Amino acid sequence: MSQATLRVQKISGHAGSVPGEDTQREYTVCKLIDTTTCIGCKACEVACMEWNDLPFGETVFDNTYQTMPETRWNYWNLILFNEHVREEDGSLMWLMRKNQCMHCAEPGCLAACPADGAIIQYTNGIVDFQQANCIGCGYCITGCPFDIPKMNPKTHRVFKCTLCTDRVSEGLEPACIKSCPTGCLHFGTKDDMLDLAGKRAKQLREHSHFPNAGVYDPPGVGGTGVIYVLHDATKPEIYGGLPKDPHVPWTVKLWKGPLKWLGNVAMVGGLIGLFVHYLRYGPKAREEEDINPGGKP
Amino acid sequence: MTNGWVDIKNTDMMLIMGGNPAENHPCGFKWAIEAKRNRNAKMIVVDPRFTRTASVADLFCQIRAGADIAFLGGVIRYAIENNRIAKDYLLNYTNAAFIVKDGFKLPEADGVFSGFDAKSQTYEKSSWNYAGGDASGKPVPEAHATVAHPSNGAPPPAPALPEKVAYDFSLQNPNCVFQLLKKHYSRYTPEMVERITGIPKDQFEKAADLFTSVRKNGDMKKAATIIYAVGWTHHTFGTQIIRTAAMLQLLLGNVGRAGGGVNALRGHSNIQGATDMAGIFDNLPGYLKVPTPADISFEAWAKRVTPKPAKPGKWDSFNYWGNTPKFAVSFLKAMYGDAATKQNDWAFEYLPKVDRNYSWVYLWDNMYNGILKGLFAFGMNGVAIGPDSRKNIEALKKADWLVVGEIYPDETSEFWKSPGITTDEMKRIQTTVYRLPCAGFAEKDGTFTNSARWLQWKNAALPMPGDCRLDQAIVAQIFLKVRELYKKDPGKFPDPVLKLTWNYTDPSNPSLAEVLKEINGKTFVDAEDPATKVQLKAGQQVPGFAWLKDDGTTACGNWIYCGSYTEAGNLTARRDAGDPSGLGIHQNWAWSWPANRRVLYNRASCDGDGKPWDPTRRQVWWNESTQKWVGNDVPDFKVDSKPKDHMGPFIMNPEGVGRIFAPLGAFADGPFPEFYEPIESPIDNPLHPQQTHNPVVKRFKTPDDKYGTPKDGYTVVCTTYRLTEHYHYWTKNNPMNVQLVPEPFVEIPVEMAEEMGLRGGEKLKVSSVRGSYIAKAMVTKRIKQMMIDGKKTYQIGIPIHWGYRGIAEDEGKTALTPANLLSPTVVDPNAYTPEFKGFLVKVERA
Repeated sequence: MSQATLRVQKISGHAGSVPGEDTQREYTVCKLIDTTTCIGCKACEVACMEWNDLPFGETVFDNTYQTMPETRWNYWNLILFNEHVREEDGSLMWLMRKNQCMHCAEPGCLAACPADGAIIQYTNGIVDFQQANCIGCGYCITGCPFDIPKMNPKTHRVFKCTLCTDRVSEGLEPACIKSCPTGCLHFGTKDDMLDLAGKRAKQLREHSHFPNAGVYDPPGVGGTGVIYVLHDATKPEIYGGLPKDPHVPWTVKLWKGPLKWLGNVAMVGGLIGLFVHYLRYGPKAREEEDINPGGKP
Repeated sequence: MTNGWVDIKNTDMMLIMGGNPAENHPCGFKWAIEAKRNRNAKMIVVDPRFTRTASVADLFCQIRAGADIAFLGGVIRYAIENNRIAKDYLLNYTNAAFIVKDGFKLPEADGVFSGFDAKSQTYEKSSWNYAGGDASGKPVPEAHATVAHPSNGAPPPAPALPEKVAYDFSLQNPNCVFQLLKKHYSRYTPEMVERITGIPKDQFEKAADLFTSVRKNGDMKKAATIIYAVGWTHHTFGTQIIRTAAMLQLLLGNVGRAGGGVNALRGHSNIQGATDMAGIFDNLPGYLKVPTPADISFEAWAKRVTPKPAKPGKWDSFNYWGNTPKFAVSFLKAMYGDAATKQNDWAFEYLPKVDRNYSWVYLWDNMYNGILKGLFAFGMNGVAIGPDSRKNIEALKKADWLVVGEIYPDETSEFWKSPGITTDEMKRIQTTVYRLPCAGFAEKDGTFTNSARWLQWKNAALPMPGDCRLDQAIVAQIFLKVRELYKKDPGKFPDPVLKLTWNYTDPSNPSLAEVLKEINGKTFVDAEDPATKVQLKAGQQVPGFAWLKDDGTTACGNWIYCGSYTEAGNLTARRDAGDPSGLGIHQNWAWSWPANRRVLYNRASCDGDGKPWDPTRRQVWWNESTQKWVGNDVPDFKVDSKPKDHMGPFIMNPEGVGRIFAPLGAFADGPFPEFYEPIESPIDNPLHPQQTHNPVVKRFKTPDDKYGTPKDGYTVVCTTYRLTEHYHYWTKNNPMNVQLVPEPFVEIPVEMAEEMGLRGGEKLKVSSVRGSYIAKAMVTKRIKQMMIDGKKTYQIGIPIHWGYRGIAEDEGKTALTPANLLSPTVVDPNAYTPEFKGFLVKVERA
């Protein structure tokens, strides 16, 4: 997707070592989303569309302020609105959580992806899809514990938030961060963001009626490049189904771990099949495909 | 705003009511969040709906639309009962100790103040006055010599404030303002508040306790702010809601202080500028009162509109409006230049005299009745704005012509094909409609005056497309054409047109920088300031309104903007973000009226000796060694007035102090705010059922003016509002905004939906006695069923952004009905704002 000049740390479906791995230390970047000061204004949604030149899509009224039910292949940043009644006192909360790719340290999508170089992780932690290498198998969708990557049904390429690699590699913050009017979005190194998030959560515990305020940085995926401050960190599910303890699905782990040899055998088998198919039917004419989501419809 | 956007970060406590800043002012709302994050400030939100603002509040109360005075009156009572008041401030900086004259009567028994005339529905306000006092402040009997009616038939002189006001600094006199206040709001008990507002008593008490906690144990360090928007103005008692808030803030000593104040969040980027520049019929620029036909000369007008000090004998009052003649003469010199001379009364006769009410709904009513023949509609969509869109459509059908300057075709320019009009009927509409393509906001330069009173210059970001023209070019070209016609055929009175100053480089397209220079004003002669010895040459820009003269040697288009474009250049274009004090004053960012002052009445941020109440938030203070008021902000005070002289900090009032009691003609409907029901209300007023509504509110009489009652089946309280995702009636043309919120909807409580067997997304029809509105239901827990005076009551909300022209409309996704088909034509008696909130409807499946 991007033309970023960042260093690669992990590559999907890649045999052998990662070129340039470990040659340079880099800070891990992180987006902090303080849900307790988010006002659901959707400036980040608009900034995401505008910066990434995403086309407008149709939406329908769905009994909510939420723009659409879930992220789309061409809508990467979506605030989820949830009306929640607190058990403690029956008071109402209107929770707003900006949902997008979490940029996991151990990305399930990357682990699941069989296509060489379709998903890469940079040394700064950003997980980025390279649609030119995508084979449209959709395994990344299965591999994601946050239900984020979405496939363009026309081109069979999968898209998601890039954490604005093009901006970040130039030393800028992601577009969503820049647009946030209340400052509920922050961007910086993971260490700094964890520190800031921790302080805010402490402030909420001490000065507001949120004794369970805390930081969401789930260890099951090695921590995330997008962390949340939640009013109640013991119940992330109330924020539109944020998983309490996300893990890379065991099928993916199995497939890419102990059973990898099986895949290799299947791949060899597939290659033989392909060769036989070619001998019998000849080359297939390739259809023109538009893999650029920014192209005007 | 008395304060400003950035100043909100200094607060300890926010009461947000009658406004939804998180949704409608999301950028400015960052300062509320800053206060929470950096000062652990508390936020109380009181609203008919649990809004996005409520989602980040510490405490939310769901109030019935229009019950705000009951709530605020209850908080005033709570503050007095629990001694959570700023005693010193109250005594010295407000009129709490002033004694009101005998004959003044509170509305506790029959719902009206003294002096009410039921037939004309007006008040005779002479009893709403202070008693005159002797040297020790004791009331002196009124002179019994009644003013004889002059035999020539001229009206008797209007009653005036006494020069020396009677007072009782012990606050014990039963006729002193404080005791009257206490008595007036003693009826607003938590039980009464619950009956009227629907807010359960314990919740109300929690809110009142939290808000007034800034004055716990008499501590003066903390500051609380009240933040509101049009949710308070859209009522037949809107001005009085805001008055109640101002009184509460005076009682708590929060006005003039960093993090305090009464803060109106204006609804447009430049609506403050529109008000300042007299986008209202009863003001001239800078809030000078318009002349009326009774003002037969400049002198008579100046005398009527220039107040005299009225204060306790031993106090001092700056009475800044005493300078009115200087501002008025300079204004006339700016308008008519050399044609305005002392000999011709500064061309006073050229100024239009306002003979009746020319406010919004009156204009439409006049057009409906065939009195008004044509309309220029620029920067607004009159049909969609309403109220009662049907009446406005009917009015336009009767007009001879309509000129719409817009960037899109809208409900007003296409009124003639609004839903329900048949082709035959269309043919019979004789109104000539001219559509002029205008420039959008990003295509124009000029200033925006924001809610914080900052004039911020902006440059045009884009060229105008096609044949678009700037607003000022259109107005200028019309004016030049009219002047040409007058030159050809002068008629009876050509001078106001022929002699109007029009000295722009390009007369047919004046540059806005030139206009701003003209508004700032200049001197015609060499001048020197005696205090500072600063000299000006003839023709130079004046540096501030203190230079303005009433002898015709200065010109100034708007005295409060004087100082914005001086010999130092266009100060509104300044962009220095520096803030040495850390208080968010930003002295060199743009320019703030008046005199680049950021917090109004900031003298009140200090105690009697001139020391800041809170030493950590020092705005201004008295410097003993230089014998001057100095500070981080520009002192809003006579800089050399010694604290011991006891000049009041509220220099724009003739009393010099804040008005807890608003005497004489300050308001049409009472010197203290009283709770009245909206014109369409689900119950009789529990305070006085025989006087349910604001007694001075008049109803309109055309066949399209109908008002519903619960007896006719209209039992549901309806409020209208705006969404973050849309801007008035424009963004329905923009695919990006339409994607965010694609269709109109109506928010209804879960309980109501269950009763109707209705699910979210199903269509419903909302009807008032005037019209109906069909949209999908948003069933939500964010509006709860309420108990109003013991009666189960539902409240619903309608965002206003759709009509019959736009993307969703053109795609057939809407019923093509503007929300304001529902709202009634009835207005606040002081500001003439329509009652867009809290009218009655019925709801059924569509």
